[in-house]
Amino acid sequence: MDSLTIIISVSIIAASFAIAMGGYGPAKALGEALTKALESVARQPEASTQIMRTLFVGMALIESIAIYAFVIALIILFANPLIGLVAK
Amino acid sequence: MKHFSIFPETIFSLGPVSISDTVLTTWVVMAVIIIVVYVFTRNLSIKPTVFQEVLEAILEAVEKTVKDMLPVDPWLVIPILGTLWIFIGFSNMAGLIPGLTTPTADLNTTFAFAIISFSMAHIFGIKTQGLRKYLSHYKEPAWILLPFHLIAEVTRTFALAIRLFGNMLSGDMIALILLGVVGFLVPIPFSLLHIIIGLIQAYIFGVLTLVFIAGGIKPRT
Repeated sequence: MDSLTIIISVSIIAASFAIAMGGYGPAKALGEALTKALESVARQPEASTQIMRTLFVGMALIESIAIYAFVIALIILFANPLIGLVAK
Repeated sequence: MKHFSIFPETIFSLGPVSISDTVLTTWVVMAVIIIVVYVFTRNLSIKPTVFQEVLEAILEAVEKTVKDMLPVDPWLVIPILGTLWIFIGFSNMAGLIPGLTTPTADLNTTFAFAIISFSMAHIFGIKTQGLRKYLSHYKEPAWILLPFHLIAEVTRTFALAIRLFGNMLSGDMIALILLGVVGFLVPIPFSLLHIIIGLIQAYIFGVLTLVFIAGGIKPRT
């Protein structure tokens, strides 16, 4: 195996691992946030609009952590800086 | 199937400056916003038409959000923040039109927005309380936290750009991959989800900018 093949295969494994680990944490956090929001809506239905608005903003903020992992995976796959070192 | 890349394609170049397709789309979006706003605000009346009603509702929503968060006169930041808000919202929607690429699915565009938001926080902070008092908020709890303040300045700007970029790019990518796998009618619900995500991300970008500005301005006592 030449070095280019090693770099490419390691990149593919690393990208899938990044997205797997990056999806795991935010998924747990999103579930937790939704659970708490539903509990508060059940307790105080009159405050539901405000809770839902805050929930959506918070969810998008949590989701952006998964998006960071996604961007890293994309950089590894499509714009890998290490390939340029080997393949001239 | 369209060739996929996370970099924009260069259409033509003006001297050393290369104009990519996302820049062209940005110009189209600007033209659309200017024309729409110009046409519907020409004959303002006390009994508004539907479009005037919509524009007023957008402006009032922006004003209410800013007023709730800032301890100073909201009209200090509304002109630029509202522009940023509306422009990002329209840009996120632009990719749904066939033939146009989403301008915010390009890291250069989102970094430009993030730099604007970064400078807004400092400029409004200095403007409202003077340079010396503004700089003194960096040593707020203790001097030892100064490096963390400086790191936070950089990382939050970076995160702002990457968040918008990643969300928009992932929406486009999901639609593209599904188009390659199933093709007919299946990508439509994901495009609908993409509309919601685009609007929420535009809102979040504005709200986070507002939070940073409010952090630079002296808190209400």
